[in-house]
Amino acid sequence: MNTIVQLSYFAAAVLFILGLKSMSSPKTARRGIIWAGAGMVLATLITFVHPSITHSEGPVVTNYVLIIVAIAISGFLAWWSGKRVPMTDMPQMVALYNGMGGGAAAAIAAVELLKAQSTLTASVAARAAELAQAKDLTVDQARMLVESQGTIGAALGTDAAILGIIGALIGTVAFSGSLIAWAKLDGRFNRNSVLPMQQIVNIAVFAATILFAVLTFFTDSLGTVIVFFALALVAGAFMAIPIGGADMPVVISLFNALTGLAVGFEGFVLGNPAMIIAGTVVGAAGSLLTQLMAKAMNRPLTNVLFSGFGTGAAAESEGPEGEMKEIQAEDAGIMMAYASQVVIVPGYGMAVAQAQHKIWEMVELLQDKGVTVKFAIHPVAGRMPGHMNVLLAEAGVPYDMIYDMEDINAEFANTDVALVIGANDVVNPAAEDDPGSPIYGMPILKVREAHNVIVIKRGKGRGFSGVENHLFFAENTRMLFNDGQKAAAALVQVVKQF
Amino acid sequence: MVIEGFVALYIFMLAAFTGYEVIARVPVILHTPLMSGSNFVHGIVLVGAMVALGQAESPAEQVIGFIAVFLAAGNAVGGYVSTERMLEMFKSKDEGGKG
Repeated sequence: MNTIVQLSYFAAAVLFILGLKSMSSPKTARRGIIWAGAGMVLATLITFVHPSITHSEGPVVTNYVLIIVAIAISGFLAWWSGKRVPMTDMPQMVALYNGMGGGAAAAIAAVELLKAQSTLTASVAARAAELAQAKDLTVDQARMLVESQGTIGAALGTDAAILGIIGALIGTVAFSGSLIAWAKLDGRFNRNSVLPMQQIVNIAVFAATILFAVLTFFTDSLGTVIVFFALALVAGAFMAIPIGGADMPVVISLFNALTGLAVGFEGFVLGNPAMIIAGTVVGAAGSLLTQLMAKAMNRPLTNVLFSGFGTGAAAESEGPEGEMKEIQAEDAGIMMAYASQVVIVPGYGMAVAQAQHKIWEMVELLQDKGVTVKFAIHPVAGRMPGHMNVLLAEAGVPYDMIYDMEDINAEFANTDVALVIGANDVVNPAAEDDPGSPIYGMPILKVREAHNVIVIKRGKGRGFSGVENHLFFAENTRMLFNDGQKAAAALVQVVKQF
Repeated sequence: MVIEGFVALYIFMLAAFTGYEVIARVPVILHTPLMSGSNFVHGIVLVGAMVALGQAESPAEQVIGFIAVFLAAGNAVGGYVSTERMLEMFKSKDEGGKG
């Protein structure tokens, strides 16, 4: 039986890698997820006859029932929520599912640590009694002697214990961190600190967590293990709390990579090669993706994690001069209808307003009039990498109209109208001009070089990062204050008439 | 199956390179689906959670094991559904892609 189980895991690992490989090209992407899905179903089904379960000394029947009940309830809830959530809310769902994976890895570690600890307590009493008789000590003295020798590290085996504890730490951090990321993206939680001197507190909490991780290896006490997990939960939450919306894509990607690593480490503890391979592949792929994103923002990862984006640094930079100049949909529509090239810069605001369909309708009308229309996507526009691409794909925009930052930046100088919808920080010239700005150094879309800039924005407030945007006050910028979808609908009406 | 120290190290190393290579030349347009897809792949933690719960002996182990299976199943199923939905939108529109 064991051979069949191991062969199935091998096949699953191959399917995962092939699936991910296929997912990295648009043409084969759908085939990829189906392959990976097949691998998952195979691995899950075969695990029901895993020798570790069938030969367990525990209440096997009850455990089988528990397994099936847990999968049924959770699987149904996840399937239902995944099917009905709107496309714009996908980032927080990915954060949520990712957090669940991290939590699962941590819980596996908890079970293994608990098992190791219980074998210690069980044998301590027996060994102490033996020792007391042999050496003529009191039972208490013998017990202390035995306890000083038996640790969780020794009971699990040194390398398994180390990897298991590291996996527990990473998994727990990914769990609570992802939940905070989910709450922030879902608009349930918007604070950037819960305590004064949050950054210093965070460092202290991390240090304490690592201390208790080490202690867990050298202990036989359940209390230490519980404190370790509690600290790791707090550490993950505190890590995510100071991070502002603009950095969220990077952070979700980072937690995704961390969960992968945690799964890989727990796979080692359980001796499960499918978990080791799938977890490590995701850990490596996720780390690379995280780096690509951090690089796109020209911010080292440490900066993203520890600088507290938009939490006060904005006050140091000078406010822009002049006033915002308003424009009505009428004039904006006419301007675009008579332009020869229009570049549209979407941001998270477009996602919130669900404006992508109306925008595409407008673009099709403009194309009928012979206007060249392009979409410019900043690498970190939205709340996840490629977030805007997915939304535009949903609305039916073909790939070849969508341009990355490097490809489009040279074109703005030849563009008649740049239409910014719901984007803010990714077009803020302060990133190039103002060394005092917290986003200084981040590459931006050079929207201000266009002849005319129209910004669709709900109100006069600052962007998600809390940084004032000089673009909105520029000479060639006109503001169209409205909800993204309503503004786009109004533009469609205007463009239709011309 | 027992995996000894250095063999595990080699598996880690090779798997890490594989993950790196798989992602290295991916177009931006697929970043979100791919993150979602890799999010689904680490749902394999379900297998470990099943083993952990399957060999649980005390009620405490059963409770934590149950939580593990519950969370892992959510990761696997939710990860699949969301990725599938995102990739659904790419079908039949892939002529002239930049990828």
